[in-house]
Formats: sequence, structure tokens, C-alpha cells
Amino acid sequence: MTVLLATFIKAVVIFGALVSAAGLATLAERKVSAWIQHRLGPNRVGPFGALQPLADGVKFIFKEEFVPEGATRWLFILAPAISAMAAMMSVAVIPFGGLVTEIDGTEIYFSIADLDIGALWVVAIGGLGIYGVILGGWASNSKYSLYGGLRASAQMISYELPLILSILAVVAMSDTLNLREIVNIQTSGTAFGFLPNWNIFYQPLAFVLFVVCTFAETNRHPFDFAECESELVGGFHTEYSSMKFALFFLGEYCAMIVMASLTVTLFLGGFSVPYWEEAPWYLGVAAFVAKTAFFMFLFLWVRWTLPRFRYDQLMNLGWKVFLPLSLLNILLTGLAVSL
Amino acid sequence: MSPEDSKLAADTIEYRPGQMAEPADHDDPLHGAQVELNIGPSHPATHGVLRLKVLADGEVLTRIEPVIGYLHRGKEKACESLGWRKFFVHTDRLDYLQPMLNNVGYAMALEKLAHLEVPERAQVIRVLMMETNRIMSHLIALGVSAMDLGAISMFFFTFDQREKIYDLIDAYTGHRMNNTYIRMGGVYADLEEELERHFSAFFDNFIEQVDEWESLLTGNRIWYERNRGIGAITAEQALSWGLTGPNLRGSGVAYDLRKSEPYCGYEDYDFEIPIGERGDAFDRYLVRIEELRQSARICTQALERLKSSRGANVIADDRRYVLPRLSDVTSSMEELIHQFKIVTDMSLPRGEAYMGVESSKGELGFYIASDGTAAPLRCHLRSPSLMNVQVIPFLAEGKLLSDVVAVLGSVDFVMGEVDR
Repeated sequence: MTVLLATFIKAVVIFGALVSAAGLATLAERKVSAWIQHRLGPNRVGPFGALQPLADGVKFIFKEEFVPEGATRWLFILAPAISAMAAMMSVAVIPFGGLVTEIDGTEIYFSIADLDIGALWVVAIGGLGIYGVILGGWASNSKYSLYGGLRASAQMISYELPLILSILAVVAMSDTLNLREIVNIQTSGTAFGFLPNWNIFYQPLAFVLFVVCTFAETNRHPFDFAECESELVGGFHTEYSSMKFALFFLGEYCAMIVMASLTVTLFLGGFSVPYWEEAPWYLGVAAFVAKTAFFMFLFLWVRWTLPRFRYDQLMNLGWKVFLPLSLLNILLTGLAVSL
Repeated sequence: MSPEDSKLAADTIEYRPGQMAEPADHDDPLHGAQVELNIGPSHPATHGVLRLKVLADGEVLTRIEPVIGYLHRGKEKACESLGWRKFFVHTDRLDYLQPMLNNVGYAMALEKLAHLEVPERAQVIRVLMMETNRIMSHLIALGVSAMDLGAISMFFFTFDQREKIYDLIDAYTGHRMNNTYIRMGGVYADLEEELERHFSAFFDNFIEQVDEWESLLTGNRIWYERNRGIGAITAEQALSWGLTGPNLRGSGVAYDLRKSEPYCGYEDYDFEIPIGERGDAFDRYLVRIEELRQSARICTQALERLKSSRGANVIADDRRYVLPRLSDVTSSMEELIHQFKIVTDMSLPRGEAYMGVESSKGELGFYIASDGTAAPLRCHLRSPSLMNVQVIPFLAEGKLLSDVVAVLGSVDFVMGEVDR
């Protein structure tokens, strides 16, 4: 019973943290873009504009619900829900920290579910999110939206493969799909004598492939073809307004956070504190948040610096460069593991 | 839109063999029915009210038809009914990104017809204003073409610098846009010494900024891939399409009115005409970047010349065309009558004149015909933006949707000038 209660508490805490972090991420996006572009950014609501996400949320709630004529109504409403739900569900297996406490002989870890197929879960559920984009674009009864949805589906197929293959390289090395176990393996020992024992030092190629693929996976710039405001005028969410639009937004930022967490978990030792194996669990959480924040910043940094790829260039990159590279990486990893 | 309508729309475009996709075959799964798509008149990539009616085969746009006229205000007719002087305020609103360049073009057409000599200092101020306006316009072209390709921050960087120029122009003329500060026979007021220093200070830092932007874009692999080979046009084709300005120079033709038919004393300035090789979007981008540097160079020289001619006249001393001083008007009856005569019915001699200036988009020409009355018989504008818009189907048909956006950004047009 207490174990069930603990799981419930964890679910509420982590879900709340995720949604508020997504809110913070929208603020960070605007602040970082303002710094990069010599602007001030939001600074009116609360100190330094800190309450801007709240104001935005309130604004979205009061905006008019609008379903365009000819749209498939139930799909149109369902699509943003799928998008947000998939991103939020995939966070369930991310280990934010290590062992917190022990209740009745059951170890309580700082993750909602300590699944043995954690890595698989993230990929499977996270991949569902694209249905929201495709259905939203299709149900809108707008040509631009349809273009966005179509682009998203093609992009998804091209990038899921190298993404999964680079996860597979780590899994092959760690011999487990459990994300907490993957972190634990990285916690102890050192790589090459002096570096933390993180997978990034053993799998640099997989790391690079994975990080680039997360950009495509989350529909972020420079791969934001589904949205692509200068060509498709907003793409799949052109016709969306009020909370339905906000849900797409929330889904995108949650997916970014999940992907950043996954990067940290798989390649940067997750919640482990470098050079301190017996660090208390809350320091582990802090280390995790710090590492994730860096990758979140990377998402923003890239968005406000680089031009956008062209659609067919992305396909070329995915199929002709990334896929062979990730296959090669799997081959090398397999050889190294078996020897 | 019904199928008949779309067929009609498609029929208005001439077929060019080799560029067009095959007609739609509904049994072919790869090239089935084509989608008709409206890009604009309100679309982020069209920068104004250009509308592109396109037929799309998936991502490939097989046919493009630009539809113009959404900003038509009858400027040429306005000139014929308003008279010589009052049209000046309208020239600002043609290509509103470079108001003073338009002013100078129109003023010089009038001066040519009236054989009016412009004082040396006014010429230099005109050159300074034309070049700052060219920089302003190129900054927009650079910023928005980068923004269209997703480099949104570039837009803010260039606008940041453009704002600084606007501050300077504001300090000189009292307006940010639509200055109307160029008059027939010179300029309205002298540039003050302190303002000259502010201009100099701006141009001292400007080249550094341009270098910084180049470091963000020119060597960027994504930027290169998005622009290289996109919307390429050879020199012969560019000439036959009537392209001028950076678009023609991008194709390798070193044609620039400032060199070939110098006006305002451009022959005395030391500057170069950058040209491209392949005539694609990347070359046009490089030409514009280099023109920013060359314009800054001209401005620096102009500011140097202004130092030596302080206090000199800035408007011709010709009572037929130039208003008397305001202090004289308020104190003398004769001057008041004189002013009234000029404002109400200043007439130019019979004849016709054409004056082309090198604007940021190409050759901006004013043709005026006079029958000796207070208004022109005919006023015609040669608008480089119109030429740039008409070449879009040629450059972009058969390309991807994303490439069309790149072409739109790289040919650089302003709808105010296209529709007039």
C-alpha cells in the first residue's frame, strides 16, 4: 500500500515538475532568443518576466476555440491531446535520481516506473507523438497543414531509425534496457583512467547521431519542417487556436525535455555525480537537472543560430548519412562487445 | 476552386519546354493530381502583398503565376494630376525601404528636364543619403532572406543596424521613413556638423558588423546548401528578362549606373562593383553583402568631402524652381507671391526626360514628359522590383516549395514599387 502511495506521489511530483519545466522552457526560449538577438525578451509579468508562462497559459484558456469548416472535428480535437500525452507518458521511465529510500523491503527509485524495458518504452511512446502532428495536419482541412503533416510523417520514419540504432549501441554495451541500470553502469569506475565512466566517451558517434536525431524527433529547428513558418505558415498547427494550440506547444516542450533527459541518461551518466559514487540522491537529481538544462539550452541555441535545412536535404542526411553511420556504429559496438 | 477554374489559371501561363512537369495523370501514383496552392497575398515569405498562384505536385511547384496589384495606388496617375512638386511625397512611398533614393531619382529627372545645376554640397549629401538608403534596403533584403530560410536571428541583427541608420536619418530629416528631403535643385536642409560625426561613427563600426554576419552565414553549410544553385540565371537570360542591380551583377554582368552613367558625382568616388559567377541565390547574397561594404566606403568618402564644404549652398539658386527662404516669405510681399506661384503652378519646359538611378533593387527610372504646364503629360516609372517579380516563375518553377521561398528572398522586391 505504501509502495503504491509512493508511486502515486512520484507520479504527481514528476508530472508537475515536467509541466512546469515545459512552462519554464517556453520562458527560456524567449529569453535566450532575446539575448541572442539583442532584445530584452518578456520582462513585464513578474520579476524579469518570470510569470510570463502563467500569463500565456491564462491567455490560451480564454482564447476562442475554433474548428475550421470542413475539418474532421473529433480528429482535430484528438490530435493535440495525442501529441501532449505521448510526450508526457514517455517521461515515466526516465530515472531522475537513484535510490531514495526503502519501504517494506521495496526499493523506491526516483522514477515513476522502474521498467526493465525503459529504453523501449521511451522510443515506443515518444514515437506516438508524431500521430498528433499528422492527424492534426490532416484533420485541419487546410493545404498548408496537410503539407506539414506529410512532412512530419516522412521525417519521422527517416529519423526514428538512426535514433533507435544509436540507443541500441548503448544498450548493447550496457547489456540492459533498464535506464536506471544503464546509469548505474556509468556511475562507477572511470573511462580511460581519468574521465567519468560515461557512455559518451565510448560511443561518441552514437552520441552525435542521437543528439541530431532528437532535434528531428522533436520537430525542432533546423528540422522543423512540419511547422516551418516561412513556408507553411505554421504547418500542422496553422488552424489551431487556444488550448489546443497550447497543448501542441506543451507537447513539443515536454518532448524536448524527455529527449534531453534521455540524452543525459544514455550518454552522460544520468543522475550520477562525476567522481563521487556515493553522492546522496538529491545531489544526483541536481546533477541530472543541470545536465538536462544544458541540452535544453542546446535546443534553443541551435534554433536561434542556424538556418533551416531543406526537406529533401534532411531526407538525404537521414537515409544516406545517418543510417549507414549508425549501422556501422552498431557493427563496431557489436565487435567490441563480443571480443 | 473548381477544376475548370484551375485549368484556366494554369492556361494563362506560357509553357516552357523542359522546365514543366508532365500534365497530371491521375493513374500515376507518383505524379497524380496537383494541388493548387495560394502563396500570399498574406504569407510570411512574400514580404508584402505578392500572391503566387502555384500548382504543386507534392513538394514540387510545377507552375507559378505571380499575381500583382494588391498595392496599386495609381502613383503614375497621381503624378500627372498632382503636378511636379507634389509628387515628391509619393516617390517616398514607392520603394519605401529606400525613400531618399526614389526622391533623388525623381528630382534628377526634373532637373534634367529643367537643365538645373545642383550645388556641389547638395550632390555629396545626396550621395550620402542614397548610399545609406541602399544599405538600409540591403539590410532588409539580407535579414528577411535569412529569416525565410530559418536564420531568424539574422533578421534582428540587420534590423538592429538599420534602426541605427533610421536614428541618423531621423536626426537629419525629422522622419524615419517617407522623408521627402530631396528637393528639385538640391536638398531641403544642410547636414549639421555634429550629425556628420554621428554618421562617421556609425560607419566606423558598420564593416565589423557585416563581417560578423558573414561569419554566421557565408561559411555555414546549411546556408550554402540552401542557396547554391538555387534560382540560377545566366547573364544572357538575366539581360533578356530585364534584370538590373544585384540580381544582374550576381550573374556576372558588371552593370551599375553609378559606374556606367555616373550621376551626382559618383565618378569621383572610389568604389568597386562586386559581381557573382553563377547567378544563383548564393551569388546574389554575396553581391549584396559586398555592396554593403562598398556603400559604407562611399559614405565614408562622402563624409570626408562634406568636411571641406561646410556652409556652402545646398540648393540651387534658381528662382524659377526653388522656393524662397521662409524668413523672406514672412517679411516680403513679393517673396510670398513668388512662393505661391511656385507651389501652385511651377511649370517645366516642354520636352521629355528619362533619369535612371542605381537603386538597391536595380535601375530605377523616371520618365517624364512635359507639355510646359504645371503637371507632367506622362510620368512613367521603370520599377526594378517589377522585373524581379516577373522572373520568379522562371527561376523557381519545377523547384521545391522551400527553394521558391529562397528565390523570393534572393531576388529582393518591394511591392510598393511593383504596384505603384
